[in-house]
Amino acid sequence: MEKQRVVVVGNGMVGHHFIDQLGNVSDGHHDIITFCEESRLAYDRVMLSSYFAGNTAEDLALTTPQAYDEAGVQYYINEQVTEIDRVGKTVTTNNGKTVPYDKLILATGSFPFVPPVPGREQPHIHVYRTIDDLDDISASAKSSKSGVVIGGGLLGLEAANCIKQLGLETHVVEFAPRLMAVQLDEDGGKLLRNKIEDLGVQVHTGKNTLEIVKGEESRYRMNFADGSHLETDIILFSAGIRPQDALAKTSDLTLGERGGIVINDQCQTNDPDVYAIGECALWDNKIFGLVAPGYAMAKAAVSHLTGGEKTFTGADMSTKLKLLGVEVASIGDAHGNTPNSQSYQLLDSAKGVYKRIVMSEDGKRLLGAVLVGDSSDYGQWLQLALNGIELTTPPECLLLPELDDSEGGSVGGGVDALPPTAQICSCYDVTKQDLCDAVVGGAQDIGAIKSCTSAGTGCGGCVPLVTQVMNSELEKLGVSVDSSICRHFEYSRAELFDIIRVKGIKDVDVLLKEHGTGDGCEICKPAIANIFASLWNDHILDEKLVGLQDTNDNFLGNMQKNGTYSVVPRIPGGEITPDHLILIGQIAKDFNLYTKITGGQRIDLFGAQLHELPTIWKRMVDAGLETGHAYGKSLRTVKSCVGSTWCRYGVQDSTSMAIFLEERYRGVRSPHKVKFGVSGCARECAEAQSKDFGVIATDNGWNLYVCGNGGMRPRHADLFASDIDDETLVRYIDIIYMFYVQTADRLQRTSVWMENLEGGLDYLKSVVFDDKLGINDVLLEQMKHLENTYQCEWKTAINDPQKLKRFNHFVNSDKKDNNIEFVTIRDQISPRSSAEESEAADELATEVV
Amino acid sequence: MTQSNTTWTDICDINDVPQNTGVCADFNGHQVAVFHIKNSANESLVKAVDNFDPYGKANVLSRGLISELDNEFYIASPLLKQLFNLDTGICAGDETVALKTFSVRLNDTTIQLGQ
Repeated sequence: MEKQRVVVVGNGMVGHHFIDQLGNVSDGHHDIITFCEESRLAYDRVMLSSYFAGNTAEDLALTTPQAYDEAGVQYYINEQVTEIDRVGKTVTTNNGKTVPYDKLILATGSFPFVPPVPGREQPHIHVYRTIDDLDDISASAKSSKSGVVIGGGLLGLEAANCIKQLGLETHVVEFAPRLMAVQLDEDGGKLLRNKIEDLGVQVHTGKNTLEIVKGEESRYRMNFADGSHLETDIILFSAGIRPQDALAKTSDLTLGERGGIVINDQCQTNDPDVYAIGECALWDNKIFGLVAPGYAMAKAAVSHLTGGEKTFTGADMSTKLKLLGVEVASIGDAHGNTPNSQSYQLLDSAKGVYKRIVMSEDGKRLLGAVLVGDSSDYGQWLQLALNGIELTTPPECLLLPELDDSEGGSVGGGVDALPPTAQICSCYDVTKQDLCDAVVGGAQDIGAIKSCTSAGTGCGGCVPLVTQVMNSELEKLGVSVDSSICRHFEYSRAELFDIIRVKGIKDVDVLLKEHGTGDGCEICKPAIANIFASLWNDHILDEKLVGLQDTNDNFLGNMQKNGTYSVVPRIPGGEITPDHLILIGQIAKDFNLYTKITGGQRIDLFGAQLHELPTIWKRMVDAGLETGHAYGKSLRTVKSCVGSTWCRYGVQDSTSMAIFLEERYRGVRSPHKVKFGVSGCARECAEAQSKDFGVIATDNGWNLYVCGNGGMRPRHADLFASDIDDETLVRYIDIIYMFYVQTADRLQRTSVWMENLEGGLDYLKSVVFDDKLGINDVLLEQMKHLENTYQCEWKTAINDPQKLKRFNHFVNSDKKDNNIEFVTIRDQISPRSSAEESEAADELATEVV
Repeated sequence: MTQSNTTWTDICDINDVPQNTGVCADFNGHQVAVFHIKNSANESLVKAVDNFDPYGKANVLSRGLISELDNEFYIASPLLKQLFNLDTGICAGDETVALKTFSVRLNDTTIQLGQ
């Protein structure tokens, strides 16, 4: 088969998705060339508002030049296609480049509509569409105090969020009588307005802007048709989008009456070799201004190009999003336009929640819904509406599930009522059948499902539903979802934690007798020791606890391959005095220990024998050093940069914050180790976003990131809160840290914990911000207890002869272990055994040859 | 070997070995891991195996974690966590690997190894 040249005009989200999809199925039969008029390749426009919350252009990027190079995709950035020769089948760019095509894909997207208001073409008046726009807005903000967004729709409110994040007084001006007029009804719009005004954003509805003139107090004054006016320094237009169809128009492709390139179900224009996809395309006289339908068009076009049969047959425009922190969702016929449909509403002013459902005439099928303030029902309701599922309960049970006294209480029969074709994840078009196949294929926890199907890895809104489908399928397979920690306890770690906490148990024998069976094993014992430590914080070598400790805790040091230990003093924030450096060096010299600087900004000393540990630690403790808990499932290090104390760029004192945090959380035992990073500015030298807790300085305070990880399975931390002060920062960390300690599985890092947390980041936010579970006081108290009962475990041990007794190789002799031998490598000791092993390996290699 | 031929050597007092932990005894120049188990019936048991971990190749088994499976006691190696039966010495994952076991008893509160 001869290679086809496919030229893609536009490298936005949809254009990129097309390239990505074609690359997946093309088997090298296509040469792909793409033109991008922006200065960077495709990025996540949906997440644009996170740009001011700390996400960088790199974070938003959907691809990189390297990735395109590797995939063999030719790309031209800053280059706009200005001409199509449909007869000669070439395109020509603004730089005069002419490129031939076999198939042409127009993914030119849309442009912001700016109403013809006199005075609109002045400095500091912007649109909100691209990263470059955001950079311009940010530059304007530096010389401004206030900003107005014209347009109170979905994008307008996102733009308002960005003005607010820049620290400006924020106004929204809307022509219609309510916010989000397309998606919301009157009551929903009203509640949204109240919530947004509570956040300090001023809303002006029913305002028709006549002109923008020079202001008296501020840079500009906007005069409205009703005679009122508003002064502001910046204006953002966000009054809707229009399909970018200029190129199609000059190429004589068929357009709709009000714009948009007309396409068929295969996404072809009236020229069969030219396709249009995304927001520039008009299908059935409709423009689809969301990304999911654009992706669906991309798939249809790829399918047609490669001989497949997938078509585009319209898309559901239901949406769920968070605007200025307020959850908003709209499903199907939200306005009740279906003849004879019936509406039910719930308005809970106290909680700030509004829900409206639109039901079919017989009250059996959900046609549409509006949710403001709490969109947790979205996933389930969307499925009910899309699949026309008949409800088994009266409609009011949807709004008030407590009314449902039927067995199980699941509305509409739960996930089992969904047809196999039901689309569960709309971001990645994953159906219920796809999920069931994955479960049968062995993906039996939510993490595996995510990596195998991509479901839930886009906006994450479907994760609760994905989990329900997975559990239901597992049940059908007869896989009982067994979360028992081991054969001695029929409980998960979180359940054991609750039992131990509520009953105040401090003795493993009591726990085994009352809640378990047998004598315990190498799995449950360390887990229980860990829970005891997280709750009661007694010394881990106390008589009743010592037999439960895992290898490293057992002797307060990390056992190395030859049975010797490492010694790691705490160096909070990586800051150390010359005297302490000298002391550590001297000890290493006196005991002939191997020294290495760690990634966590401290110093490990290796090769200490059991009997040497107390002497070494006595010298450390006497000089004012303390244990670094390198052996514990507990806080390890808080990595930091020098921050504003020394650095030219630093905006906050990151070192002091790092030391403060390390000293606050030292010794806190958790299901797995915990690392922090604190960076003094956005350059992020402390690599905080790869840590369990990452703190990055901003001009106004700190950004808190959570649940990152380096190591084997790297994970970028999620931005949890922006521009918070010291006190709020510590409060949030206290709560999240203890919530993790309380609910995670054994040996589960925060990154995996987050991925398995039902509801994910949003849920965690609701726990912390809204105290959704009502347990924050308890969590804070627990953390306080741990802080108050902190002890340097080595300081206590060296003053307790009973504990020190164990630190001898032999119980009945003072001899040393004669099996420990060292060799010298690069002027330091190294375990003998490794040399022996390599000798053995050499022998083996010789034999094989 | 009959009881009468066994020579018993005092190692230490059982109270010097915290419950459900082990110690390493120097037994005629041989390293022996001796364990003090307090089982769920509140009985004190003593067990003894070779201290050398055949997988990790280090003298560390006395510092392992005592584990119970189906009423049998095992020692989990502190290095790579293999389980060894404390009565037979056999490795739970590989029956071809076994530790040497030693005769051990409690004489009042004194732990003794026999030969």
